[in-house]
Amino acid sequence: MTAQVITVTSGKGGVGKTTAVANLATALAADGRKVVCIDGDIGLRNLDVVMGLENRIVYDIVDVIEGRCKLRQAMIRDKHHPELYLIPAAQTRDKNAVSPSDMIRICNDLRADYDFVVIDSPAGIERGFRNSIAAADRVLVVTNPEVSAVRDADRVIGILEAEEKGNPALILNRLNPVMVKQHDMLSAEDVLDLLAIQLIGIVPEDENVIVGSNRGTPVVLDPKSRAGQAFRNIAKRLQGQDVPFMDLDKGTGLWNRIQKITGRK
Amino acid sequence: MNFFSRKKSAATSAKERLQLVLVHDRTDLTPAELESLKDELLKTISRYIDIDPEAVQIGLERDGRAQRLVADIPLKSSARRKAG
Repeated sequence: MTAQVITVTSGKGGVGKTTAVANLATALAADGRKVVCIDGDIGLRNLDVVMGLENRIVYDIVDVIEGRCKLRQAMIRDKHHPELYLIPAAQTRDKNAVSPSDMIRICNDLRADYDFVVIDSPAGIERGFRNSIAAADRVLVVTNPEVSAVRDADRVIGILEAEEKGNPALILNRLNPVMVKQHDMLSAEDVLDLLAIQLIGIVPEDENVIVGSNRGTPVVLDPKSRAGQAFRNIAKRLQGQDVPFMDLDKGTGLWNRIQKITGRK
Repeated sequence: MNFFSRKKSAATSAKERLQLVLVHDRTDLTPAELESLKDELLKTISRYIDIDPEAVQIGLERDGRAQRLVADIPLKSSARRKAG
């Protein structure tokens, strides 16, 4: 077994990186893969709460790097999948506690025993971002169909190109098909034309994502959620399967919207 | 919803603005710098051949993830006669 190291990054904060990592890792584990996810946001850890594992943390990644515990001791087993683990970020203020070579070493330690290592990069293009991409075999850039998010995604893609990190793939998150239809929101085609990179998934805006984070249960575990389905599809694509893109226009007709508003659906 | 039908849609406006912003972000060239680049180019070219500065089009264009500086510089017809 040689794990593939996948880093999820974005440039802009709040576009759904942590949600994407929690969901992709969970979906990969649900497909029977052995997965470790790493929170790369030192000082602002969040992957633990989104996955519902915040009460189980004993050691974190800085404890591993500074030798206070073994790597396996800092790995928290997921509630739902026994082959899914989280290595939490430290809440210390010293962001320099982790270096790119530390990340490479940790990932190399995991490669032999797991199928996927999924790294949640912090927002921005500084140290934490550099650490998070250091060990990546593949980088996924998350963006929203909004001017600021697309612009920052383009910056990050430019840096990844300059660092020769291979071709990043795009996750377009929180697309609202009704707004796109009314020409009030950039469409997937618009964003792809602007960023000119390969697309790996479009995730429709879905209230269930927030419900899932609130419960600490990623939305991929909800079989009815559209966003959950989109993340499950991305996980399949990461495993090399050819999955067609979802029809996002489904359910955006006037009648469907009326039903939604009146709560009949 | 677009109540003012003559107004550009929000999506179109977002796309057009981003196209401009990304070109400048990617080249690290401000619009002012691009203007002075154009001026200097025109001055240099004018020293050798007769051109109509009004007809000149110089701009950055996107080609996938690559950028190119594209210049369309029509020569004045008199330029050929003078040269000949």
